[in-house]
Amino acid sequence: MSKNLFEYPNQQFLDLYVRLLKWFVFIVISVVMACLLYAFWPTGMKNLFDNKVYPSQEQLERREAQRAMNQAEQNWDKVENGIHLRTGLVYDENFNLINATCTPCHSAKLITQNRATREGWIDMIRWMQATQGLGDLGKNEPAIVQYLSEHYAPDQIGRRQNLDMETIEWYELE
Amino acid sequence: MSDLRMNKKDKKGIHQLYQNNPSQADKALWGRITPLGRRGFIKKSALATMNAVLGANMVFAEHFPAGMIPALLYHSTEPFQIPGKSEQLVVLNDRPINAETPAHLLDPEWTPNDLFFVRNNGIPPENVNPKSWTLTIEGESAKTTKRYSLEDLKNNFPTVHYYLTLECGGNGRKEFNPPAKGNQWSTGAVGCAKWTGVKLKDLLEDVGIKKDAVYITYYGKDTHLSGDPNKTVISRGVPIEKALQEESMVVWAMNDQALPVMNGYPLRLVFGGWPASCSGKWLQKIAIRNKIHDGPKMTGQSYRVPCKPVPPGTKVADEDMCIIEAMPVKSLITYPKSGAMISLNRTLNIRGHAWAGDAAVKNIEYSIDFGRSWNPCTISTPENRNAWQHFEAQVKFPETGYYELWAKATDENGQSQPMILPGWNPRGYLNNACHRIAIKVQ
Repeated sequence: MSKNLFEYPNQQFLDLYVRLLKWFVFIVISVVMACLLYAFWPTGMKNLFDNKVYPSQEQLERREAQRAMNQAEQNWDKVENGIHLRTGLVYDENFNLINATCTPCHSAKLITQNRATREGWIDMIRWMQATQGLGDLGKNEPAIVQYLSEHYAPDQIGRRQNLDMETIEWYELE
Repeated sequence: MSDLRMNKKDKKGIHQLYQNNPSQADKALWGRITPLGRRGFIKKSALATMNAVLGANMVFAEHFPAGMIPALLYHSTEPFQIPGKSEQLVVLNDRPINAETPAHLLDPEWTPNDLFFVRNNGIPPENVNPKSWTLTIEGESAKTTKRYSLEDLKNNFPTVHYYLTLECGGNGRKEFNPPAKGNQWSTGAVGCAKWTGVKLKDLLEDVGIKKDAVYITYYGKDTHLSGDPNKTVISRGVPIEKALQEESMVVWAMNDQALPVMNGYPLRLVFGGWPASCSGKWLQKIAIRNKIHDGPKMTGQSYRVPCKPVPPGTKVADEDMCIIEAMPVKSLITYPKSGAMISLNRTLNIRGHAWAGDAAVKNIEYSIDFGRSWNPCTISTPENRNAWQHFEAQVKFPETGYYELWAKATDENGQSQPMILPGWNPRGYLNNACHRIAIKVQ
């Protein structure tokens, strides 16, 4: 009995050895396959065969930020349909004058949301001069008043307007 | 940053602000003045710096270019909005920040902090330290001058809370014709919150009020848009009688939370029912005056209406303009949101709020036939004076078609809301015309 222990190869031992080896190979292949699936899912197996270096999340974000900044830079003075997009002001030959005179102190939205006649705009300028620290507009005043009263003149809206059908968002009430 | 919650899909607010006026958005939203100046825009050559900024995560670095959306925020899930405010507010103006609340968002009984409108005249103070904040009370009609810390206010006087309605004097300005200058408020420059603080009366009596006292006024810590540090942004107030009312308060909390930055953190006045401009924010000084106060936006045409009615478009001399005191009776339908489509057999439950300056609202009616007939709503009793009241009604529609639901409140003095615009005034104040929403019955 003890003699048999040292006989080699022993058929029983060999069978056990082969069985273990088969299992080992199966597990290794499974693990490798799982890793491959994990690494390339869901981009697909085609990525196995190219040598691209895929950017990190940080790099992607950086790239997106650059793109956004470039776009913002390009859009800085973009004009569409006669409107200077960044400020929302009507774009004409007096735009730069208006932008330089008014927006250092307040938003262009304060201009674009208001409507007044020539006299009304002059009154607002006088009020800003009297109380808000606006200086004398000198020779620029006529052009400024012209711009404002031309592009931001009052609409005749009557004593009360219809509800604005354009802006109502109709919805089914549950 | 942690309190600036926003969903990825809701980037519009900040992006719009930046698109409209980058430097000003910077200043208004972040309180940052960039040393590079208004055109200090980053050039391609400077992108290396930018990358360093990004890599190092220095979003708020001083040298960050003027008016850029801080790049990490561009796709961050927690980008930006008016600090402490919902993205759903309608921004009328970004410098100074002015934003109103759509009517349907005023549906809760008490207006939540993030939905309460913002009316700034200047730039809010930065880096407020509540521990070192003080309130000084002085003036020619004060017997002494005293200075209180926030702890003094909390410890030395009874803490009270009231539900008080604040409405901008110019709420509804948008509808006036000829148009009036200023922020073109629609219906949303109003809210009613639970305010916690001390009675102004207790403070004034602690300092001592001389017999000749006529008015009290405030000075806040906000700074003038022109950048001039010596210029007071706004300094208004109320007659001493209003100041001594039980419900006139100096507050540090709104709906049991610290005041939002945009609503006056850490301390403000609240005078319910009067133009909200009386209720000074970022409060650091109160003066007891022996005459009607004459500070910025107290005089001239600001927060004043013609003493006698005038035809639309009239130029009115300053001496013929009178200070607005209590606001007029008004109401808002907060449910449903305008634009509801319902089926014919449905009973529609409507609700909203009504308020009337210093008075209580006695009744409120609704009409679905353009004012030909009116039906009563039920209305709650006010929680306290100057608190808005809640109304509701069940509405049936006779046939399919387009309807407008109108609401009209009447106060205890018999004053009611007009259906067209009330008397025209040069600055477009006090529009209490009845609120209208659109409904389709199918």
